[in-house]
Amino acid sequence: MTNADNTSSLQQLASLVGEIAGNAMTGHEISQNELTITVQREKIKEVCKGLRDQAGFEQLSDLCGVDYSDYGKEGGSSWPGDRYAVVYHLISYSNNNRLRVRTPVAESAMTIDSVIDVWAGADWFEREAFDLFGIIFQGHPDLRRILTDYGFIGHPFRKDFPLSGHVEMRYDEEQKRVIYQPVTIAPRTLVPRTIRKDVFGKSSKTETTESAETN
Amino acid sequence: MSEIRNYTMNFGPQHPAAHGVLRVIMEMDGEVIERCDPHIGLLHRGTEKLAESKPYNQSIGYMDRLDYVSMMCNEHAYVMAIENLLGVTAPIRAQYIRVMFDEITRILNHCMWLGAHGLDIGAMTVFLYCFREREDLMDCYEAVSGARMHATYYRPGGVYRDLPDSMPQYDKSDRFSDAETKQRNEDRSGSLLDFIEAFTERFPAYVDEYETLLSDNRIWKQRTVDIGIVTPERAKALGFTGPMLRGSGIEWDLRKKQPYEVYDQLDFDIPVGTNGDSYDRYLVRVEEMRQSNRIIKQCIEWLRNNPGPVMLDDHKLAPPSREDMKGDMESLIHHFKLFTEGYCVPAGEVYTAIEHPKGEFGIYLISDGANKPYRVKIRAPGYPHLAALNEMSKGHMLADMVAIIGTQDIVFGEIDR
Repeated sequence: MTNADNTSSLQQLASLVGEIAGNAMTGHEISQNELTITVQREKIKEVCKGLRDQAGFEQLSDLCGVDYSDYGKEGGSSWPGDRYAVVYHLISYSNNNRLRVRTPVAESAMTIDSVIDVWAGADWFEREAFDLFGIIFQGHPDLRRILTDYGFIGHPFRKDFPLSGHVEMRYDEEQKRVIYQPVTIAPRTLVPRTIRKDVFGKSSKTETTESAETN
Repeated sequence: MSEIRNYTMNFGPQHPAAHGVLRVIMEMDGEVIERCDPHIGLLHRGTEKLAESKPYNQSIGYMDRLDYVSMMCNEHAYVMAIENLLGVTAPIRAQYIRVMFDEITRILNHCMWLGAHGLDIGAMTVFLYCFREREDLMDCYEAVSGARMHATYYRPGGVYRDLPDSMPQYDKSDRFSDAETKQRNEDRSGSLLDFIEAFTERFPAYVDEYETLLSDNRIWKQRTVDIGIVTPERAKALGFTGPMLRGSGIEWDLRKKQPYEVYDQLDFDIPVGTNGDSYDRYLVRVEEMRQSNRIIKQCIEWLRNNPGPVMLDDHKLAPPSREDMKGDMESLIHHFKLFTEGYCVPAGEVYTAIEHPKGEFGIYLISDGANKPYRVKIRAPGYPHLAALNEMSKGHMLADMVAIIGTQDIVFGEIDR
């Protein structure tokens, strides 16, 4: 699990990655025994290519979108960067290490270069991020929706998309076909989202904020 | 001269060999697949979005429903991700229990895979044999959690409860004589550990049976050898993990390379294939069943000799006992707080991966300090595997499509999430 000398090896990795990425890397952080680097959106493809060829990251474990718009809304600190981000999890089999690359994507320019030429496995992950968040991956040969229904409208994993969705589907007896109609169930929250400043392990006698979640 | 045309063919989503709800559009040149386009999402439930709207513990049950043939392994990754963010570690006995059940789950998964794969390409018997063994293992699930499939047994801070001292027994029935009933209950007269131990004693002979039926079987080899070959380089680039990667000859197993829980204390081997075809992946998975059996035996040995707590004694995270709640005000408050609000997890992010029976199952968890996750991303091993279906099936015959879907060990619960 966690080794003591892990931090120093992560620091070494951070400096190696820093050399590869150059000034495209705008920051790095080591926490939970994991290294996260932040890379500018415009440079992502070349940085990924460099990471694959020079740092041995042969595989893209995971790629996902994140919508930070509600981050810390219940009283924590809000997210300092752009609204969206694409997060890449890389793994190196030869060096046995992992790396997380975060690329901020602003709401005003939701495009980013596809890394499908770097790792062929990015194909469906990018389609998924496009489907769920509406991030457009330039250079992807087949950027279609993947998880949602045929003809779905909207990007369901954005924080402003309600949990119960916008439309529901049912069979209409009169028209003798399946129809879509606006949802008839009211959104409800059973347990409100709460942020307590004194986290696990310490006393939780004082509470800071409590706000009901609007869905 | 006859006119030759390409056909577009639809496979699934309701097809016995589609392993659930896979729909594949295939472009055929005669009987040869030119190109295929899998359509997924027919089982999409938005598990990740649902998890964002619930306190941490309430999503454990959703994890069971991802890959619904290896339930506890899914829970394991999620629970461990929460533990990593909280900075807690489960008691050692809970870790052994988790490892033991992870391996039981691996056998469950591989039995399901072998049975279904065999059935798909024409071996009926092995399906029946595999399901016989699954029955015993699901009884183990039931004994610890009360549920045969969706256990919700692992919890942040340990496991829900310690292993029971007795196994449920078969009742008298009209279909079996008293002597038969007694014989059926023979393994069930002791504790759960006795029952699992009896299973581990007989299981290697069962695996021999499977191998007798398949390994040198001419039909089996004709259907699997040289089908869906993946080179090690492509396997890495395409995001393959688990037996799909090991079948291509890469010796990589998170249990060995990035050990979690107590895997570094246990003795087991990693089987690796050489050709990267369906037959090698079959051999890898069969050997994994034997290795899992070895691990279970070691866990039983340890668990017999080392009693202890299976849950952290911190009631901010784990509920207090019912007994304490009757007399102790603070326990009552803890219980109330835990079940009405849950616990807050410090802000941060973590990616926790485990060696799931199908490959690397990862949970990327972002917390903003609330009692609900801010974002959960499930890295399902089957997702990149299925994405490579086009590449793996190109140039093969239509009937091989079924063999390739089978060898990928596809389960839609995790792919569609």
